Amino acid sequence: MLVVPCLLLVTFTHYPAFRSLLNSFWNNASSRRPSKFLGVENYQALLEDDRLAQIMMNTTLYALGTVPLAIGLAIGMALLVNAKLPGTSLMRLSFFMPTMLPMIAVANIWLFFYAPGIGLASQILGYFGLPPINFLGNTETSLVSMMVVAVWKEAGLFMIFYLAALQAIPGNLKDAARLEGAGAIRIFFNIVMPMLRPTTIFVAVNALINAFRLVDHVIVMTRGGPNNSSALLLYYIYEVTFSQRDFAYGATLTVLMVCLLGLLAAVQYWVLNRKAHYQ
Amino acid sequence: MTHGINRILWSTFGLLLAAIWGLPFLYSVWTAFHDEIYSANFVWNAPLTFGNFAEAWQAAPFALYFLNTVILITIILIANLVLCTLVAYAFVRYRFRWAGYLFALIMVQLLVSPEILIVENYLTLSKIGMIDTILGIALPYLTSAFGIFLLRQTFLTVPVSLDEAAQIEGAGAWRVLWNIYVPLAKPVYLAYGLVSISFHWNNFLWPLIVTNSPEVRPVTVGLSVFSTVESGVEWSLVNSATLMTTAPLIIAFIIFQRQFVANFMRAGIK
Repeated sequence: MLVVPCLLLVTFTHYPAFRSLLNSFWNNASSRRPSKFLGVENYQALLEDDRLAQIMMNTTLYALGTVPLAIGLAIGMALLVNAKLPGTSLMRLSFFMPTMLPMIAVANIWLFFYAPGIGLASQILGYFGLPPINFLGNTETSLVSMMVVAVWKEAGLFMIFYLAALQAIPGNLKDAARLEGAGAIRIFFNIVMPMLRPTTIFVAVNALINAFRLVDHVIVMTRGGPNNSSALLLYYIYEVTFSQRDFAYGATLTVLMVCLLGLLAAVQYWVLNRKAHYQ
Repeated sequence: MTHGINRILWSTFGLLLAAIWGLPFLYSVWTAFHDEIYSANFVWNAPLTFGNFAEAWQAAPFALYFLNTVILITIILIANLVLCTLVAYAFVRYRFRWAGYLFALIMVQLLVSPEILIVENYLTLSKIGMIDTILGIALPYLTSAFGIFLLRQTFLTVPVSLDEAAQIEGAGAWRVLWNIYVPLAKPVYLAYGLVSISFHWNNFLWPLIVTNSPEVRPVTVGLSVFSTVESGVEWSLVNSATLMTTAPLIIAFIIFQRQFVANFMRAGIK
């Protein structure tokens, strides 16, 4: 019962993770010579890799930028949709629609949106008499443009989680607070926000994993450019391995990635344990 | 009275936000249904056309791409349902040594998903000669930690007395699974199936790496090849192709909206 599934899982999760570690100590084999043990040489290259330094910076900015923004927007959207206002179904559809689309479709839609001259972004700028900006072709704007795309795609999904959490808050808690004279703002910060904390932890962890895991839009929209300004870690792994055919360095970068994710899991575990009494 | 005014203000704000949020998508839809000459200038009464869809459909083998995607998600879905059920059932029904550790090891896949391990998985795949095959795309996804987790949680809620009663009646382990656990988990299967389909329909990076030839390309990879190489960057064509490839999902979403939302919520509660 367990053998086949576990074998599959081990072959494509644990084995490759372990193999990356092994391969990161060796160099690439070629037809003339087999691969040679290098020790930590690949890791020295890692430390001296200027491109990697920039990409790690990009990845950090990308994660720190998209995750809180998407969560903030998701909470706002959930509050709006939950308030039973007129037009709720239209709002929910609009907020959730991007989540349904494949990232590659989202990338195409935004590629068009950003297109200099033709895209809606330049047309809106032109309407206000501003010069068009080449959002994706500029080192200063390319990463931010990618972040906007990611937030647009993800916020709707997180909204659903918050909607579920909001609906689980007992109404009498708010009624009691209102009787005691608490205003809407106090109710939000003293009752709603603490009740949303478990959801926020869950969403934040998932959002962070997604920030590392999803690079389809980078591949389609900018190929990491210009000048590496929008390259993320997984995109770099993809490029090093499948464009430059440097499998050994790709393995070394994979080890780095797995370590980062492991660190993330450890932090999550620690946070969850500390906050356990809230749930 | 201020309450009513407040509601109208908030509603206006919400609808405005929804409009801004929908703008990129609507702009793309608008372009897809209009001639190429209108893609640079917005004229509200420009004539509608379906020509872009026909042209895009002709320009690349989208029918084949759709077929490949359908085959791919069918393989993955069937394997996921069968394998995840077996694992979840084993964990719920049998007490065995190291069960806790084994479960933790399986859950590693939630964190280190196959996309992260593209380098080594590609090497494994080329060693067994499965590069550029649909089964090769499917292989790393045949078991899913998420599915196992979800089904285990569901199976745990099945009352033990029900299981025991069936055993007393002489039902074996397989019959208990098939006649008691599986029927009780039906809504979870439906919801998980929907999520799995949407995830694999949308998946891009791994199929991009594994496939070389049009014969095995799923629709996402086909779309990216079409929009970067084959369309000559004609925006109305790119947009109609984009819409075309996502239409089945959007339609499915509208039909199954409730289950979708329910399952996402269920995942959130863990």
